[in-house]
Amino acid sequence: MQTMKLMGTGLLALALATTPLLAQVTAVGDGEGELNIVAWPGYMERGESDPAYDWITKFETETGCKVNAKTAGTSDEMVTLMNQGGFDLVTASGDASLRLIAGKKVQEINTGLIPSWAKLDDRLKDGAWFTVDGKHYGVPYQWGPNVLMYNTDVFKEAPKSWSVVFEDGNLPDGKTNAGRVQAYAGPIYLADAALYLMAHKPDLGITNPYELTPPQYAAALDLLRGQRKLVSRYWSDAAVQTDDFKNEGIVASTSWPYQVNLLQGEKFPVASTVPEEGATGWSDTSMIATDAPHPNCAYKWLEHTLNSNLQSDLSSWFGSVPVVPAACSDKSGVQTAEGCKANGSETFDKIHFWTTPIADCKAGAGACVPYAQWVTDYMAVVGGN
Amino acid sequence: MTPASFPARGLADRLTTLFWRHPRILLVLLLTPPLLWLGVVYLGSLAALLLQSFYALDSFSGLIVPEFTLKTYAQLFTQSNLSIILRTLLMASAVTAASTIIAFPIAYYAARYAKGRLKAAFYLGVMLPLWSSYLVKVYAFKLILAKEGIVTWVATSTHTDWLLTAALSLPYVGGNSLATSYLGTFTVFCYVWLPYMILPMQAALERVPTTMLEAAADLGATARQTFWTVTMPLALPGIIAGSIFTFSLTLGDYIIPQIIGNSASYIGMAVYQLQGTAGNIPLAAAFAVVPILIMLVYLTLARKAGAFDAL
Repeated sequence: MQTMKLMGTGLLALALATTPLLAQVTAVGDGEGELNIVAWPGYMERGESDPAYDWITKFETETGCKVNAKTAGTSDEMVTLMNQGGFDLVTASGDASLRLIAGKKVQEINTGLIPSWAKLDDRLKDGAWFTVDGKHYGVPYQWGPNVLMYNTDVFKEAPKSWSVVFEDGNLPDGKTNAGRVQAYAGPIYLADAALYLMAHKPDLGITNPYELTPPQYAAALDLLRGQRKLVSRYWSDAAVQTDDFKNEGIVASTSWPYQVNLLQGEKFPVASTVPEEGATGWSDTSMIATDAPHPNCAYKWLEHTLNSNLQSDLSSWFGSVPVVPAACSDKSGVQTAEGCKANGSETFDKIHFWTTPIADCKAGAGACVPYAQWVTDYMAVVGGN
Repeated sequence: MTPASFPARGLADRLTTLFWRHPRILLVLLLTPPLLWLGVVYLGSLAALLLQSFYALDSFSGLIVPEFTLKTYAQLFTQSNLSIILRTLLMASAVTAASTIIAFPIAYYAARYAKGRLKAAFYLGVMLPLWSSYLVKVYAFKLILAKEGIVTWVATSTHTDWLLTAALSLPYVGGNSLATSYLGTFTVFCYVWLPYMILPMQAALERVPTTMLEAAADLGATARQTFWTVTMPLALPGIIAGSIFTFSLTLGDYIIPQIIGNSASYIGMAVYQLQGTAGNIPLAAAFAVVPILIMLVYLTLARKAGAFDAL
């Protein structure tokens, strides 16, 4: 009887999981009048923060789709919101996108329905963080590096290596770095440690910071345990980090161009760099929910996100790099070639984009340490164990 | 002779009759909604939680295996998880002890001496912080306790910064600044939960009859004797009730240690990270069971001490 029940639920689950796949969009019809988007703060501007930055109003008048944006502060919050349902789109980062695909929360995109797909940066078209088995599960939105932000009063020259945040030592002003550097609170930060080891301990044989075998993983954890002694607080909230640079005497940390622009805007002496080891980075993807209530509006939005004007304004506003390269130079918005460069557009080749670590990697099935393990272990490191 | 005429009986009348004749129906109607709430929403979710904690996460696929196992509970006893539990317990105990010490004189004064307007002012002063958002208060404290914040500024300008430096150089509880040390987390916890300690304490102290204090004085007891043998035992249930609040609230909080402190995990934070970031719901559920067990022990002890006698 128990088996029967289990089989019943199994079949039901299977039916639920497959139905949306059958309902794949093949043509874009008229808009449904509404669109619900889960996005990072700063991604959905309708001129309320600054009248010069508005890429929603135009879309609404053109398509009649009223945009309701819900901001989420972390990738996990995004996954949770998408699991709850009711949303059409999500601007997911690489540490969330594969989870959403694996959880069947987002649907395959028919790129033929998005005319501007051709304008997309070729290097991003098949990004491993949203392409599974050759199927595209989203449209890139913006990308950027996780830069090293530093205080220019302390560092007269840009630090050349991430060692300033990883290794115990003195900063150019002669004082120790203990208590004056920060690290990111998300477990994905383990990849930054792996990237550092990739350059400094080549005998470990790390080739991809998101695919770590147990010995490589152990070495990264050791490095982070050493770093714990230098870090007084891990940052997860951009506002908290800018505050810590201003009020806690923090002088160097991994950061986003967003915080750098924010602090520079307040005339605070900071700058950013991508050190010689390279950097991790994020690339956000607009993905359509499997049970999206307004698929036509969603497709119209995807096409809209690739227009040069939006890409240009958004990259200037958010401190990111457009996924449509032309947006940097065609003057369609406020972004300029120098601005793109400042946001890291030339660092592409030095960047290892956030990807959810899974057990089955190039080294073999089950050869790598999966993300769930990263989470528990990173929590232990932060807790001083 | 005309027969007595009664007005037609309405629905309400008939219902009243029904309830009067069969009181059980009324009872069932009144009790079903709250019992459903308690049974399905409250106990149901607890049961779902308990069930989840007996599953385990497959470490290779990252998927939850719905088979009965105690593996997840065993994981609680790894060193890093034990230290999370211990850290939370110590913090909750310290916050409760400190809140009791700070709250007692305030509650005592408000209950025994404050009259009229002053009493109203006391009530308002205690309640006022509860009217503003918890998050606003915590973020405000981040600024107050920051390395370049108000506390440091006051300490420097009154030449007492040696005291601050000494406190921060204490092993374990100290740190780089108040906002990034256990001392800071402790301070904010105390501030945020203090009203929950003062109010029940004050209520208990007000119930101590003055006649008994007078009787004690008549029998020649000193002020100290009266306090320890009359006031304290009678006020104890209120103190324990307040400590249940401060203890359990600290045990479950996950916002304060995220904003103030050195990022080390507490039980609440661990649950939040495990269910969200890792999708490791079994371990999150197992973690969530820990405060339930601790509170059961605590409540049993509190009942023995007579905290619920006045209920």
